Parts: sequence; C-alpha cells; structure tokens
Amino acid sequence: MTPTIKLRWWCMAMAVLPLVFTSSYSTSLMTQMLVGILICLSYQVLLSQGGMLSFGHAIFTGAGSYAVIHGLNTHLFEIGATGWLWVIALPLLGGLTAAAVAAMLGWIATARSGTPFAMITLGLGELVWAAAWMFPDWSGGEAGLSADRTVTDPPFGMSFAQAWHLYALSAVYVLACAWAVVRFTQTPMGLMLRATRDRAVRVAFLGYNPHLIRYIAFIVSAFIAGIAGGLTALNFEFVSVDSFSLQRSGSAMLFTVVGGGALIGGSIIGGVLMVTASVVLSTFTPAWSAYVGLLFIWVVMRWPNGLSGMTPRDVLARANGWGLATAIGTIFLIEMTYHWVTAVAAGMPATLDILMVSVNVSQASHWSLAIAFTAVAYWLASRGRTPSREGRS
Amino acid sequence: MEWWVVTLLNGISFGLLLFLLSAGLTLTLSLMGILNFAHASFYMLGAYAAFALTEQIGFFPALLLSPVLVGLFGAWIESSLLRRAKHKGHVSELMLTFGVAMLVFEGVTLVWGHGPVDYRIPPVFEGAFVSVYGHSFSNYRAFMMAIALLMAGGIWLGLNRTRFGLVIQAARTHPEMVSCLGHDVPRIFKWVFAGGAGLAGLAGVIGGNAFVTEPNMAMGMGNLLFVVIIVGGLGSLAGAFWCALLLGTLQTMAVTLTVSIADVLKNLTTLGGLSAPNFDGIPHWMAQPLSNFAPLLPYVLLVVVLTWRPQGLWGRGQAA
Repeated sequence: MTPTIKLRWWCMAMAVLPLVFTSSYSTSLMTQMLVGILICLSYQVLLSQGGMLSFGHAIFTGAGSYAVIHGLNTHLFEIGATGWLWVIALPLLGGLTAAAVAAMLGWIATARSGTPFAMITLGLGELVWAAAWMFPDWSGGEAGLSADRTVTDPPFGMSFAQAWHLYALSAVYVLACAWAVVRFTQTPMGLMLRATRDRAVRVAFLGYNPHLIRYIAFIVSAFIAGIAGGLTALNFEFVSVDSFSLQRSGSAMLFTVVGGGALIGGSIIGGVLMVTASVVLSTFTPAWSAYVGLLFIWVVMRWPNGLSGMTPRDVLARANGWGLATAIGTIFLIEMTYHWVTAVAAGMPATLDILMVSVNVSQASHWSLAIAFTAVAYWLASRGRTPSREGRS
Repeated sequence: MEWWVVTLLNGISFGLLLFLLSAGLTLTLSLMGILNFAHASFYMLGAYAAFALTEQIGFFPALLLSPVLVGLFGAWIESSLLRRAKHKGHVSELMLTFGVAMLVFEGVTLVWGHGPVDYRIPPVFEGAFVSVYGHSFSNYRAFMMAIALLMAGGIWLGLNRTRFGLVIQAARTHPEMVSCLGHDVPRIFKWVFAGGAGLAGLAGVIGGNAFVTEPNMAMGMGNLLFVVIIVGGLGSLAGAFWCALLLGTLQTMAVTLTVSIADVLKNLTTLGGLSAPNFDGIPHWMAQPLSNFAPLLPYVLLVVVLTWRPQGLWGRGQAA
C-alpha cells in the first residue's frame, strides 16, 4: 500500500470516530490524541529521519502554546470571519514562532549528532524552562495563562465553543502536516537528511554540509511541534511553564520511540499511547508511569523498530507464554506494592482487585505466591531466549 | 571580604561534590560511549539508602555501606541492560538509561513518597568549622570537602598509578588491543560503571543531608552534571574537575547575591555622574534580585561555551 491509500483510510477513521464517540469528553480525548500524533510526527523528523535524539522538544511545543495563548489574548479579532480566520491561523503562528526559536537555538545544537546533541538539547530545554520562570509577566509562572478561543458570530456557526469544532481543526492540521512530512522525506533534502543520519562523513565528502542539513531538519521538526503545541493550547485554552518541562520533552521522546520508526504508523501508535497512558491508564492505576517506563525499556531492548515495526510473523515467532506470565506477575507485584505503601498506610482495607483477582496485601502467602510466580515465569522466559552473549566483545 | 572567603569555601565544597558525580559520568562516557542519564539517579539512591540505613545502623556505617549498595545496583544495570543493548548503538543505551532514571524516580516516590524525607546532618558535625564575622563555614561542609578531596585524589592515583587504572586508560582509546592482551574489557567496563555509580552514591550520602533529599533531586543534579561535562569537554577528567569547581563556586555565589539589575544600573549611572533616572517603570525582571537568575546560570554558561568553543573548555578536537 502506498502512503496515499493509507492516508485515505486514516481520513475515514478520523471522520467516523467522532460520530461514534460523541461525548465532549471523548472528543477532547481524541483531539489530544491527534495532537499527540503530531508531536510524535515532529519528533520522527529528528529521530527516525535525522538520527537525532532530542531532550528539548518541549521548547517548541511550549513556544507554540505560548504563541497561541498570547495570540488569543491580543483581542484583536474576535468577531465574524476575520476572528474565525485568526483562530484558524493561530496554530500556524505557533509553528512559525517555534521555527524561529529553533532557528536561534538550533545551530549550536546540531553541530554534532548522537550523544552531544542529546546533551545540548537537554541543556537548551532547561535553559528555556528556567528562563520562563524568570519572566512571570510573560509566562504566567506556575499559575499559567488562560484565554478564550470562542469567536462571536462566526461563519458556518464554527465558533470553536464546542469540542468537535476543535477536533475538526486539529484533524485538518494533522492531515496537512502528515502530508507535508511525507512529502518532505521524499525531497532531495529528505534523502540527504537520511544520508546524514547514516554516514555524516561521507555526506560531507560529497560536498554537502551535514551541520546545515541537520539544522534545517531541526527547524522543520520545530515548526510541526509548534503547530502541535498551538493546538494543545487551543484545546485547553490554558498554558503554564509546565509546558516547557523536561517531562514533556521526555514523553515526546519516549512515545515516539515506543511507536517506532515507521513515519505515519509509528506516530499514530505513539500519539494514541501518549494520551491513553497519561489520561486513561492513570484513572486505573497510580503506577501508570512505572508501566510506561517498563514498556519503554522492553521496546528498546526487544523491538528496536518500535511497536509499529512488529510484523505478525515476528510476534508469532517471538511469542512467549512465559514472557506474558512475567508481565502479569510484574503487574501484580507493582500493584500490590503500591497498595501496601499508599492505601494500607492510610488505613484503607488490605484487599484489592487486580485483573479480576482478589488479593490481600497483608497476607504473606499472597506475597510469596506473586513473587514465586513472577520469578519462575521470568526464569522460564529468559531460558527460552538465546543466551545473551552477543554483548561480549 | 569575609563573605568572599566563606562563599568561596562553600562553593568549592559544592564544586568538589559535583566533581565526585561528574567523574563517574565522564569516565563511563569516554570509556563506553554511554551518556548515563541515570547517573544522578544513583546520587539520589545513595541519599535515600543512607537515610534508610542511618536509622538502622547509624551514619558512619551507612556512609560505607550505601555507596557499595549503589555500586552493586549500577553493576547489575550494566550487565543486565546496557551490555545487552551494546550492539544497538549509543542512542539506544542513552534511551535505556533514561528509562532506568524514570523507574528509579517511580520507585523512590513509591517507597518514600513525593515530599522530602528527614535525612539530617548527624549531630557530631554540628557547629561551625570556621566562623568569620558572622559568616560561618559549617563542620559538615568541611567534612564533605575532605571526603571529596580524598576521593578525587583516590581517582587520580587509581587511574595513573595502578595497573588497573592504566588498563582503564588504555581501554578508553584502544579497547580491541587491550582485549587482545588478555584483559576482559567488558568486565573492566562493568566495574568502571559500578565504581562511577558508587561514587555518585557516596556523593548522595554526603550531599543528601547537606541539601534536600527528595525525588526531584536527581533531575536537578543531573542537568548540572551534563553542563559540567559538556563545558569541561566530553570525556576529559581534568575538564570535569575544573569545570565542577567553577560551576559550584559560580552557583553558590549567584544564589547569595541580593542586588538586582536595576540596582546595578542605578549605581552605574550615579558613578558616571549622571542624575539617577526614574526606575518606576522598569520591567519586573530587572527589579528581581540576581539570585533569582541563579538557575539560569549553568545553561547560559553552556550556550556561551558551546558557541565559542564547541568541544568544551578542555576538550580536544571534534572527537567524542
């Protein structure tokens, strides 16, 4: 299947889903997922195309968010068609702001790729984060800034007051960006970017400037990230310095890696998981970020191409009942520990239900059963694997 | 004057602590090519382990035991995760250490909660070591300084004057040759990694109670460490040493400065014989004391050094 045909299917899915899940909560959730997809897509330009692992991606999503909130708060155009167009154009303004920031910071970051790039972007991210705290007039500090996206008397009644209005806007932006990124990877510039990822020295000998190529990719990625940040701000009508935090940068990196190297498929898996983990999973368990961390380590260790790189044949070939049993045992141990430390210490009952099994964390027999089950499953799972002496040089 | 002496001493003691941490980080980086995101997590684990052990066995046994425990944990991380990801490249290893840092953070908040724990300076060290006109340099800071100096000297001697240190130095540049000469290079890697983790744990034991022991301490310290090793020059131990001292002193001085940019401007204009301008309409940030800008300082230093000297102050060429 060519990307265009796939894109048609995604269009249909994006059009049908809001008709199935009509509540404003689920519409907002799907908008967040679209934004998550866009964040992963922008990170893909850096990581899977350019081989650059950035820890400062929140600079650009944050810059986009702030541009949109300040743009809304100018109160320049709120009524009629001009106001409507202004709100529609705001994410683009966010993207341009982020691209301008990237143009300023990118040159020193992209001098080298690999580990130095990761460290420098981390430092830049912290610089911007700390600087945002210094200027509370502009950033709103921890309390943040809020804005109103509603347009009075808009054309077609699209006042952006309802959740699905924003969903539609996000869908259009995501489609446009997905198309643009796919096109970008097919241009000579996109080809040179992948060449730079694989053999920067050879690229330099062919007369191209790897530094410049990385710099341009950095700006392109920041532009897309800025649009995503702008859509986030429009969705929540709120932004705080938290949007520059290392947690945001880390989650962009983490879910892009989990999604994997396939440009569109990886972004979709990563973006949907990002929202599922932080919004849905967190309502089920307080330990959700422990699971995200374990999932991340598992993917990096076992699935270098990410979840989108799993083919059914690979999964069948590597399917391992004991691996699944280890995962279940680990879930039991984590949940029991959490319950023991938080709920029981607060005087709540010692019983809890995990995966439809009732467990009493004050009984030693339940603990020893869980520990023994996990240990045996782990031993059997790792015994089935080829002995891992590959790392020994 | 006395302010300068005490601030300088405090700054040097913090700088030496930074060196204890960055030494292991920069050694693993130059030896194995791994940028260890979880290095500051070892620092945090050291502090928490010392907190838990101090209640059971007292401070001094904890001072000895905690770094060993953290070092063993580091060895386990190296052999169970990093070694198996070696063939996947440095970026994968970096991601793994990020995942480890995340899980350590989760684990620590799970066991000890989100707030700071009550890990105190032991009563033996109460009081001031030197006191000059009301500015005091505490006993504990002096103890920290002594431990850090001892360890820095130990690292230097160990690397330059022992056989194992010379093998490490050789493995940094020619791992294949060292392996051909019959040394088990992966084992050397493992013990250097564990040693770095142990040193970070020791820094946690002596730093955790001088500052604050809380789950966010790893992130704050980790970012500073990255600045130290980039500005010092990636993989350069001497660079890490001088840069840690520089950053420690600058940071300590900056947080004690109470003048604002507006004050400085006011003084400058009056010095120049001009009439003082009206400062009513100045922006908020210019009226803040300079200490509020202290968190920015390391990163500004980072950007300035990278622009002016991309390989770092002590770095050699483009190789890293």
